[in-house]
Amino acid sequence: MTDSTEPQTTQGTDTARASELSVVAKFIRATELDTRMLGMIGALLLIWILFDIFSGGLFLTPRNLWNLSVQTASVAVMATGMVLVIVTRNIDLSVGSILGFVGMIMAVTQAELLPVYLGFGFDNPLTWIIALLVGIVVGAAIGGLHGYIIAYLGVPAFIVTLGGLLVWRGAAWWVTSGRTVAPMDSTFRLMGGGPAGSIGEIASWIVGLIVCVALVAMIFNSRRQRKRFQFPLRPVWAEVFLGTLGCFLVLGAVLIANIYYWPIGIIRKQIKAGLLEGVETEIFIGHGVAIPVLIAICVAIVMTFLATRTRFGRYVFALGGNPEATDLAGINTRWVTMKIFIIMGVLCAIAAAISTARLNAATNAQGTLDELLTIAAAVIGGTSLAGGVGTIAGAMIGALVMQSLQSGMVLMGLDTPLQNIVVGIVLVIAVWLDSVYRRAQH
Amino acid sequence: MNTNTATQPLVDMRELSISFGGIHAVEQASVDLFPGEVVALLGHNGAGKSTLIKILSGAYQRDGGEIDIDGSLATIDNPRDAKGYGIETIYQTLALADNVDTAANLFLGRELLTPWGTLDDVAMEAKAREVMGRLNPRFQRFKEPVKALSGGQRQSVAIARAILFNARILIMDEPTAALGPEETAQVSELILQLKSEGIGIFLISHDIADVFDLADRVAVMKNGQVVGYAKTGDVDKDEVLGMIILGKCPPGATPGPGALAS
Repeated sequence: MTDSTEPQTTQGTDTARASELSVVAKFIRATELDTRMLGMIGALLLIWILFDIFSGGLFLTPRNLWNLSVQTASVAVMATGMVLVIVTRNIDLSVGSILGFVGMIMAVTQAELLPVYLGFGFDNPLTWIIALLVGIVVGAAIGGLHGYIIAYLGVPAFIVTLGGLLVWRGAAWWVTSGRTVAPMDSTFRLMGGGPAGSIGEIASWIVGLIVCVALVAMIFNSRRQRKRFQFPLRPVWAEVFLGTLGCFLVLGAVLIANIYYWPIGIIRKQIKAGLLEGVETEIFIGHGVAIPVLIAICVAIVMTFLATRTRFGRYVFALGGNPEATDLAGINTRWVTMKIFIIMGVLCAIAAAISTARLNAATNAQGTLDELLTIAAAVIGGTSLAGGVGTIAGAMIGALVMQSLQSGMVLMGLDTPLQNIVVGIVLVIAVWLDSVYRRAQH
Repeated sequence: MNTNTATQPLVDMRELSISFGGIHAVEQASVDLFPGEVVALLGHNGAGKSTLIKILSGAYQRDGGEIDIDGSLATIDNPRDAKGYGIETIYQTLALADNVDTAANLFLGRELLTPWGTLDDVAMEAKAREVMGRLNPRFQRFKEPVKALSGGQRQSVAIARAILFNARILIMDEPTAALGPEETAQVSELILQLKSEGIGIFLISHDIADVFDLADRVAVMKNGQVVGYAKTGDVDKDEVLGMIILGKCPPGATPGPGALAS
């Protein structure tokens, strides 16, 4: 009803393929799927299949996919915030350095400060939460400082965060004079994944089912809302299709995480320690979904909610579309900008926790070049550098694309310089294709 | 000097001044507006009419002068303050966020919320359909970003936004600049309707033909100063044109500080 005039004109000019076209067009219109997002998922699948072929079947294994999900988590968390930053026509070049600095602060807190000042031994149940909170507060303060300078003092974000890139990298070194801090608290380490840092098979199925139920509930709720105001409804078959597809994908991902079993070395250790009984070659314990992946998914859900369902999110996009108009509408645009950078700082802290926990150490070089991966993930995910356009889900897929490229090339045994060349070229091609797509839309 | 029976002006701007980097964009300008009255603010491009009106709408902060609303001194430091007084503005540039849809633009800064504090998009779209249906019945493209709309459609979104929240004072900066003849007629009709509801309207234009027949009074500006005021019944278009171009005040008009000394 809303856009009945446009598809007809395209059909009119291309009558030979009209029937064929209209099936696809009808399908996309009925399901209201975002064609751009579909294209991106298609590209991701293509990358996966190509790597699987070229690496001799090493890529599409439960083990590699599980590792891929864990490796993506840290950058994916930051990419969700980078979407808001770029949507408002800003940029944040400092996220990698903030990650390094905050990671170092969290490591020092749990390994050196808490044991000395509060007498917390390692493995005190409060250690991890205090370390994480300290990190989040520091991240928010750094982001707030950047945001204040950008929004209230009017220094371009590019410059402020370029300065931040140098300052926080240097500060990360300063905290311990370059010394690496290790190991981390054992509870804290769960945030990094690994066999212990995964929730196991049963919990994974439960999480998967909860997500499926939520998905179906969302579809029902949106249908009910549309009915209430008599808006055009999606056909029932499209709703069923979307629900089924969503549940299938969620449960499929859980299945893959569950059939990646604990390595035999760990099983052997557990038997020796008396935690498991039986023959080591006959015990299969699935990892299940990794905790960092759950964190990243939770962050993505919260950020999507923030971006699409709250006033703040609405203002972020309006600000990106037309800053002057947003100001004239009576919105405190400076405060909105500052809030965005505070959120970015908090997300850097969460990413720092994941990456420090995974490494089981904090080094002063941690997160180097992550700002570029994060920006690339957001941009590949459809965030327009001109502002006003971008989705959190897109950035998550963008992060997955970047990580897939990197780990795929590692599996293929490509040299590091060659890997960089490929990633650089792919980034440029992806953005070019995106601009071609957008022009075709008009 | 008002055509209205009301004795208390809705808006009384007295001796407003603002300068940018030493240039006096508006100098000691005084204009008032009564309920149910249409005042046309005329002048060349750069005469200071848009700047004057941006002071009233809170977009600029004045260097001097006072604004009374309903007879008492008003504090207008930002657009939100102005909206608090029921002052709504349709800017020449329309000031729409191009990347979001019609409902999001209509409610920008004043979103409807659900009991949980989240955006109530469905309610906003329903209300948008209602108000746009009144203004532009053929308008159907509610799901698309405003960028995709035609000039006239964008204009009706900007107008709808201004009247959606029970404006008492409406400022229209070149409201028909982007419109065809038919849409211009629609806007004229709308202005008359709003006027009959007791809303005070400032019409800003550089083209006297656009507004002369709609206005009860004209105020002409030149080089940041008010040349003079006149009831539209007391002067003709040529005389007003003389005010705009030469700054010459005809006998039927009250001269302001910017009038050519004779």
